[in-house]
Amino acid sequence: MSLQTSLICEAAIAIHKAILAHEADIESLDRAIGDGDHYINVKRGTEAIASMVGELKHLPPDEALNKIGAKLLSTIGGAAGPLFASFFMGMGKYTKEHHEKPNELNHHLIAAATFAYGVQSMMMRGKAKVGEKTMLDVLVPASTTFTTAASQNKPIADICRAVKNAADKGLEYTRDLIATKGRAAGLGERSIGHLDPGAKSCQVMIQAVCDLLHKP
Amino acid sequence: MKKFTNKIDDLLVESLSGFATAHANLVQLHLEPNFIVRKTKANHKVALISGGGSGHEPLHAGFVGKGMLDAACPGQVFTSPTPDQMLAAAEATHADKGILFIVKNYAGDVMNFEMAAEMLPFEHATVLTSDDCAVINSTYTTGRRGVAGTMIVEKCVGSLAETGASLQACKALGDKVNAHTASIGVALSSCTVPAAGRPTFDISDAEIEMGVGIHGEPGRRREAMRAADAIVQDMVDAILADLNARLKPQKNQEILLLVNGLGATPLMELYLIYNTAAKLLKAQGLQIARSLVGNYTTAIDMAGASITVCLLDDEIKQHWDSAVHTPALRWGI
Repeated sequence: MSLQTSLICEAAIAIHKAILAHEADIESLDRAIGDGDHYINVKRGTEAIASMVGELKHLPPDEALNKIGAKLLSTIGGAAGPLFASFFMGMGKYTKEHHEKPNELNHHLIAAATFAYGVQSMMMRGKAKVGEKTMLDVLVPASTTFTTAASQNKPIADICRAVKNAADKGLEYTRDLIATKGRAAGLGERSIGHLDPGAKSCQVMIQAVCDLLHKP
Repeated sequence: MKKFTNKIDDLLVESLSGFATAHANLVQLHLEPNFIVRKTKANHKVALISGGGSGHEPLHAGFVGKGMLDAACPGQVFTSPTPDQMLAAAEATHADKGILFIVKNYAGDVMNFEMAAEMLPFEHATVLTSDDCAVINSTYTTGRRGVAGTMIVEKCVGSLAETGASLQACKALGDKVNAHTASIGVALSSCTVPAAGRPTFDISDAEIEMGVGIHGEPGRRREAMRAADAIVQDMVDAILADLNARLKPQKNQEILLLVNGLGATPLMELYLIYNTAAKLLKAQGLQIARSLVGNYTTAIDMAGASITVCLLDDEIKQHWDSAVHTPALRWGI
């Protein structure tokens, strides 16, 4: 599972399908504590990437990731645009700068480190941390779990199960948090009791990629 | 929901095209990336660029023209524009004195303008507007939101920029006007994002949302609907508490009073709000030296209004009064 362009392209299509399938969930969460446009924006982004797969598939992985980031940046807008763009551009940068040759032993670890760098890049852009009712509440535990499972040389099935589980838990964790970042921050305590829509879309994407890597 | 649309995805471009055609004597529209510039490029001045999600018309495109903005970048409805728009607008408007971004303080707008600024090959600065006193500032939140007071910043900085003032001077005035300004909004109904097709939030006929944001995001609290005077009293109290805490206005302090409609409240009601707000502010020893009533920073089709007070000094007053000729604001020319 090193980050080959073919996998990136398959993941892009899987993510787009999953987002479409979760329209109602994501939209109702955003109507509750956001401003109702998160689904539309994310869909616009995943649609744009899924439709540029033909163009991406001939590129080396770092360029493909960078191109995805740039496309998301000019397509999504809002806060989600720069955040997702920073995530993919960060992964592209990591891939470009780390030439370790993937082999049987380290390819999961390399993918985990790339993912972690993407999450870091997103954190720096949004100046947020875990516990603020954002996408990071799903992405950070998923990334940490990915790294741990990969460093223990777990098989792909176990890694996927653990990462999905961490994403689910992270999403559920946002329910009781007070939003302090993003549009829901104005709600203060009234944001308690609702899952974060951004966290939800991240959980949907992670699940889609895990299910692609290992059919549940 | 009934709205005038053809294909929902075409709404923004069709609206922008209509805007540009209707005001072809003043502005010009560029598509992909979308931005609006003055018909005639201004030289020897700081180029002022603003932008934000669409749905707040006439903000910001309605304020492109002599005495105000050089360019506006409209995003999708309620969604920040993207850096490629700001970069293209900067390329089209930069003269020889740098670029000043005027950005409402929302996470998305801030991040997109920030990424554009990082890529900008010109000298630049940013004024962040944060006049909404409904959201309490704290180290934990993105902070106060930029709402209707943004157009006062755009008007005053626009006036100063026309004189050929430096980027630093324009930024300083923008920051000052923002600091002198406080706003609060109230919603009687939700708005409906056209592509979503449903109201953004549920609110009954017996309720109001005090402190609502210009995207229908919640404010301070849900309250019972009551007489206009009582609602306006609470809004004026919130504004005065904020201004008194930050600026300590003197007796007979001159102010600009802006009563702004959020989209679906008729002028008749906006003037009623103005009437009450003016009385209350006068009773507090403030002198209403300038006034503006109308739909300037809207939230699509939300019924509701915001009240903005800007504490005037000679400099701000001079720049508010100076000539302006834009699609949505015109005087002195």
